[in-house]
Amino acid sequence: MDATIDNIAVAQQTNLEVFSGVLQLLAETDKDIIVVTSDSRGSGKLVPFGQKFPDQIIEVGIAEQNLVGVSAGIASTGKKVFAVSPACFLTARALEQIKNDVAYSNNPVTLVGISAGVSYGALGSTHHSLHDFAVLRTIHNLIIVAPADNFEAEQAVKLAAETDLPVYIRFGKKSMPLLSAEKSFEFGKGRVIREGSDLTIIATGETVEHACRAARKLEREHNLAATVVSMHTIKPLDYNLLSDIAAWDKPIITVEEHSVYGGLGEACASFLIQNNFRNRFKIIGIPDEYTVTGSQQEIFNHYGISEDGITQTALALLGE
Amino acid sequence: MSEKELAQKSVEYRKKILKYIYQAKAGHTGGSLSCIDILNVLYNHTMHVDATDFTSPDRDRYIQSKGHTVEALYVVLASRGFFPESDLETLCKYQSHYIGHPTRKVHGVEQNTGALGHGLSLSVGTAIAGKLDKKDYRVFTVLGDGELPEGSNWEAALSASHYKLDNLCAILDKNTLQISGPTADVLNTDPVDKKFEAFGWEVRHVDGHDIKQLTEAFDALPFAKGKPSLIIAHTVKGKGISFMENQLKWHHGVPDPKQYADAVQELDLYGETLASA
Repeated sequence: MDATIDNIAVAQQTNLEVFSGVLQLLAETDKDIIVVTSDSRGSGKLVPFGQKFPDQIIEVGIAEQNLVGVSAGIASTGKKVFAVSPACFLTARALEQIKNDVAYSNNPVTLVGISAGVSYGALGSTHHSLHDFAVLRTIHNLIIVAPADNFEAEQAVKLAAETDLPVYIRFGKKSMPLLSAEKSFEFGKGRVIREGSDLTIIATGETVEHACRAARKLEREHNLAATVVSMHTIKPLDYNLLSDIAAWDKPIITVEEHSVYGGLGEACASFLIQNNFRNRFKIIGIPDEYTVTGSQQEIFNHYGISEDGITQTALALLGE
Repeated sequence: MSEKELAQKSVEYRKKILKYIYQAKAGHTGGSLSCIDILNVLYNHTMHVDATDFTSPDRDRYIQSKGHTVEALYVVLASRGFFPESDLETLCKYQSHYIGHPTRKVHGVEQNTGALGHGLSLSVGTAIAGKLDKKDYRVFTVLGDGELPEGSNWEAALSASHYKLDNLCAILDKNTLQISGPTADVLNTDPVDKKFEAFGWEVRHVDGHDIKQLTEAFDALPFAKGKPSLIIAHTVKGKGISFMENQLKWHHGVPDPKQYADAVQELDLYGETLASA
């Protein structure tokens, strides 16, 4: 496992590039793959897709409500629709369309939130998506996924194209690490990236890399072994894995690029408390404030979503 | 179905709308009565839909944007054999599928609606898919004039003309009243024809209770090749029941026993007049 962890500095593609590539592959043989965008062709890495499959991409302009409604209408005819828009606008501006037109009506649209979390960095809080897990978790009949690496991104897009259920996939902007040789992926099943017996770090999306870095640091500098889980599916949450982890009776840290309210951490905490687990527990995320100015990495560093920050939280939780 | 038969159907539908709202003690009476002639003509004259083959990819689609007047849709679907009319005895009751807004749990309903400003985008997407698949089906949606301020309508209107959706027809049930008062006072959207024309639509006005005008308008679709069509149906909220017409309280008013009896009597008399004409 260490060999792959040592590879985490190796830059792979961005998850969006993987997304675009998978869509192109699928569209080669499937004319039912339809992409709908709200002026997001460039930022969604969909220019090559549009050039190759001009009849399979629909542009609705900067109009997120219509983006989702139109996507639901197209999906109702049996097509596999990917609605692509910045995560912040897609999940806030079009929330009612996601709830009613997609999830409630069970139109199997894959909602693709791009530049999620604080990927837009210094563009500020208007462009940050730190609410999407929280609001979407309350919507029935919607799978919520945040891939941590290219493998998870590829698998998530392929599965989304196959499933009859609505899906929300959240992508960041940066190049992704290769996290694990483990090649198994399904919605609702967390991936154990690394195993250790002193504590567990459950992370999601682009924070999984930082959890892995912290685990490595804990091992090398403090002789502590951390299990790291990529909880790529926020809903349905992998309660079986959570139960197994909690049963070890070791501390648990959750890490996410999301408000500490209503995201992965609170979802885990709710399950654990209600099932009588009493592990020491800490949520790392963005606190209840509009974020500081900076790049994604600087914002991560500021709020402790980083190798050092997660390490410090782990040491404090372990009483080291 | 002849114009006279369609007119008789509308009388039947009005009685059924009242009956089930009366029994359920809930519903949107005024708006159901204003749009029922439109739905009557759509389902009994214009659209190609078949209850026994509802999943046919070639069927015409109807999406009710003004979802609160679902009672009008339910009685029409029942009469077209989508479900036994007796099911409507459960309207709005505990655990019934026949809830107060359209739901796909009910056979024949294309989309769940109710929140306003959703139907046109859904219809645009469905119409785009029809164009992509080179299918001949058409998409119809009834909008309320009270829901037009929702910005999503205008986003959808723009995209409908951008994609030259001449397989799409929106019908505006312009009864000029919404829950708080006259639509012109709440938020005036007139001149709505000019607005849609400016957005690239071809627009016609009809009397929304005149079967002949409705059938002729639907028969003339599309009004212009390469353009979406809008029929502005001038209607009366509560149409057909004298004491309900143009009365705001009947937006979601439910008749008491005497009002119900009076309403049925009026409709019976009107039906007899029609039959003898």
